[in-house]
This record gives sequence, C-alpha cells and structure tokens, in this order.
Amino acid sequence: MSLWIQLAYLVATALFIFSLKWMSDPKTARRGVLAGALGMGLAIVGTLIDPSVIAGNYKWIAIAVILGTIIGVPLSRVPLTAVPQRTALSHAFGGFAAGLVGTAKFYYYVQGGHELNTFIMIALCAEVLLGYLTFTGSLMAAGKLQEVLPSRPILYKNQNLINFLLLVAAIACCGLLVYDPHRFSYLFPAVIVLALLFGVLLIIPIGGADMPTVIALLNSYAGLSAVAMGFVLNNKLLITAGALDGSSGLILSIIMCKAMNRSFTNVLFGAFGQVQQAAGEAEKRTVKSATPKDAADLMENANLVVVVPGYGMAVAQAQHRVREIYDHLTKRGVSVKFAIHPVAGRMPGHMNVLLAESDIPYEDLVEMDEINPDMPQADVCLVIGANDVVNPAALHNDKSPIYGMPIINSHKAKAILAIKRSMNPGFAGIENELYYDDKTLMIFGDAKAVTGEIAKALAGETGGH
Amino acid sequence: MAQEPAGIKLSGYVDTEMPDYVGMIFVFMLSTFIGLQVINQVSRLLHTPLMSLTNAISAIAVVGAILVGGRSYVANDEPTWINILGLIAIVASVTNIVSGFLITDRMLKMFKRKEGK
Repeated sequence: MSLWIQLAYLVATALFIFSLKWMSDPKTARRGVLAGALGMGLAIVGTLIDPSVIAGNYKWIAIAVILGTIIGVPLSRVPLTAVPQRTALSHAFGGFAAGLVGTAKFYYYVQGGHELNTFIMIALCAEVLLGYLTFTGSLMAAGKLQEVLPSRPILYKNQNLINFLLLVAAIACCGLLVYDPHRFSYLFPAVIVLALLFGVLLIIPIGGADMPTVIALLNSYAGLSAVAMGFVLNNKLLITAGALDGSSGLILSIIMCKAMNRSFTNVLFGAFGQVQQAAGEAEKRTVKSATPKDAADLMENANLVVVVPGYGMAVAQAQHRVREIYDHLTKRGVSVKFAIHPVAGRMPGHMNVLLAESDIPYEDLVEMDEINPDMPQADVCLVIGANDVVNPAALHNDKSPIYGMPIINSHKAKAILAIKRSMNPGFAGIENELYYDDKTLMIFGDAKAVTGEIAKALAGETGGH
Repeated sequence: MAQEPAGIKLSGYVDTEMPDYVGMIFVFMLSTFIGLQVINQVSRLLHTPLMSLTNAISAIAVVGAILVGGRSYVANDEPTWINILGLIAIVASVTNIVSGFLITDRMLKMFKRKEGK
C-alpha cells in the first residue's frame, strides 16, 4: 500500500513541475492547469488510502471537501479586477491550513507524550509562525485591496521597533519550545498569538502601491509554510510542491521590486508615500488639452500607436472601449501595441489578464523592456489611467521619490495623448512632467466616456470614407 | 536511506522511526532549484494565472490536513479536537484547490491570438 502511495506522490510531483513548465507559453498553459489538477487529484487519492486514515473519518473528510468546494467555486468567479483580493485571500487560507495542521501536530505530540525531536520542533515552529503570519498578513492585504481597509499606509509610532520586538519574542518562545517542547508547551499559544499579531502589524503600514510585491511575498510564505509542514510530517510531496510555490513567489516579488526600484526591506519597512508629498514642485505650468475627436484624427493618421494602460483604465471599466479603438485602428492598417509595465495593475501580470478579457490578442501586449526601444517610432502614445509608470522624472530628477524606477518611455513618442480626470497628482502624490511636455495633449474626462467618444469618432469616419 | 521494517508506513506517520532529515533537505533544495528555473521561463503575460496556479498547487497542504484530520487519536476512534483542526484545514485547502484551478483556467481561456493567423 505504502509503495503505491509513494508512487502516486512521485507522479503528482512530476505533474506539478510539468504544470508550471507549460505556463511558459499561452498556447500550452491550459494543459498546465489540467496537469496540476490531475496531480492534485492523485495526491488526494494517494493520501486517502493511507492506512493511518481510518474509514470512520471518511464521512467527515467528505463533508470538509464539500464545504471547501462550496466556498471555492464562487471565489473562482470573481470579476478580474478582484483577482488580487482573491489571491490574497487564498494565501490566507493556505497559511491558515498550515497553521492549523502545525497546531494539531504539536498537541498530538505533547498530549500523547510522544517524543518530539529538535528537527521536527524547529520545522513545527517555522510552519506555525509562517502559517499564521501569512494568514493575518494576507487578510490585511485582501482588506486593503478590497478597500474594506484604507489602502494608504496605516502608521503607528515605533512600528519597526515594535515589529522587531514581536519577532524577537516569537523566536525566543520558539527557542524554548525547541529546547524542551513538553516543559514549555504553555508557550505554544503565545507563538500563535505573536505570529497572528505580527502578520497584521507587518502589512498594515504598507501602502496600496506596494501590494503587488506584498502579494508575491505572501505567496512565497504560503509555499514555505507547506514546506515546513512537509518536514514535520516527513512528506516529500509537501516539500516539493511547497518549494515550487515558494520559488514562484520569490521570483515574482523580485520582479516587482525591480520594477519599482525598491528593495525588500524598503517595501516591508519603508512605508512608501508618507513623506513625499513635499517633493512636488508647486510651480504652475500650462498644459495643452484636446478633444476626443482630435485624438481620433491623430491616431487615425498614425502608423504606430502605443497604448499605455494603467489600473485607472480598469477602474473606469474602459477596457472594452479601448478594444473598439484597437479594432477601428487595426482595420485601417494602423499598428497598435499595448505597453505593459510590470506593476501595471494590482498584482504581477494583472493588466495582461484585464486586456485579454476584452479580447485584445496577446501578441499585441508588449513588455516594457521590449517596447521602450521602439518608442521613438511611435507616432502616438495614448496613456490611459497610468501615471507614475510614464513619469520621466523617474529618469532624471534625483529628488523625485520615484527616481530610478524603470518607466515606459512615453515621452519619446512623437505625440502623447493622456486621458485623465483632472490635473490632480496620482497615487503617490507626485507631479507628472509628461503632462507638461510640448508634445502632450491632455484629454480631460472619465476614461470610459473619453475612450467611448474616441471609438465613436473613429467609427463615424469609417462610414465617411 | 532508513530501513523500513515491514508494517511501518512510509508516508506521514513514522513517529517513532528516525526520518531521513538530510534527504528531506536535499529534496527541498533540489525542488527549489527546479522551481526557480521553471518559473523563470514563465511568460510575463501569464504571471497572474501563474500565481493562482501555484496557489492551487501549494494547497497540497490538503495532504497534511487529511493525514491529521483523518487519523484516529483515541481508542474508540471518536473524532477529537485535533481531528477538527485537521478538518478545518481540509476545508481551507480544498477552497484553494477548487478556486485556484478554476480561476486559472478561466483566465487562460481569455488569452487569444489574432484571428486568422
């Protein structure tokens, strides 16, 4: 029996690796989902036939599985703008599960008087700490993304000192538990509480703009807590699958940090966007404005139009109107590309999903590094709901808080059209010099209304020709 | 490798047996390297579906939850509060499995190529 279980786990591991490998290309990616689901099914069946799982408990397991399915199905149908919240929530569930299993195992050992060796106890502490801090931290992140909690940084006095002391206290408790789990078992609840509290305090000072990095980091923690569970349970499948998740989260958070020119420590302990308001110069400068009709004329006569979408576009639900513009222009032989900044949207890759939903072919979604060399050839750059990612101050103004952040070189295009509600500075409170550029025309208004009018103007002219 | 006497289960509960700790760390190290390699190849287009897919995969915690929740801890096999913790962990993990795979597939379906090409 146990040989079959191990074989099932082995095949499941291979399927998980293939699953991720097939994500390298949109053409094979759906096969990846199938492989992953098959691997998971195999792992579950393999575990259910484990002799330690008694038949009398199957009914309880079945009820738990049904409950999980009932919660899971609606969570898979959320609108795509809410995918970051859903992801954060699922990290919370993952962390919670790890924390609970760790707690159960600890009391199994302690109450049963079983021997708990140092290795298992260290792994247990890691599992419980990571699990519970991921649980509350991810709940906070989900709350901020859903705007149940304020998305601006919530600051408190001596936050880094308090967090540091909490961590030291938790590690000290763990140290004693590792030293003698039975004698210090009363410290175990303290570890749980400290981890829960640490998760809350770690995430609430982090602002909405940093959420893509935070989600990726919590993803990594959720994976590592599964690894720790694998060490505790002596289960290699948990270790491999958890390590795959952990490394994925790690890579994504590194990409996000690079895209914002920040370091991990800066994201976690820096409280972005609090003191930087003063950096904007109060100098009054003039901007040129244009009508949607002007914009349509300009784009119609272009060879290459680059659209820079930001989260503002998704908030205004303007994607489908943007698709209409795309259709009208491509029909006339204008080449249209979408320039995607790595932090566009609220989680890694979010903007691609939002544009794919509105049926824009993925070949025309171009990464920042690939589009930047072509920007000088762009006749028109249309900026919709993006702000900091097109601010040239990041390149040359070393006093700007976003200095050093890689940007999409919109300012190099021959003409720039920026759709914006008003001249209020964006999320980080930073003035955008792009809007004052001689080549820039501002189109004021709601992104959905403006893009709708541009699409209408383009459609009207098709009839005239 | 540790010798497994007949009758001792390989998976999960080898509580009295000395498990192969170094072997586990080996597995962890190698799978992290594989993970880093494979994830680096993932198209940037697909980073959001990647995250929901790895979410679902890391819900492999369900294995641990079933082992803890499905085991008998008392002589009459009555569920104890340790079982209940495991069962709640199963609910949380299955939620991630179901919603993770479904939403990943839903998003991937949206990625289309140009028509007629």
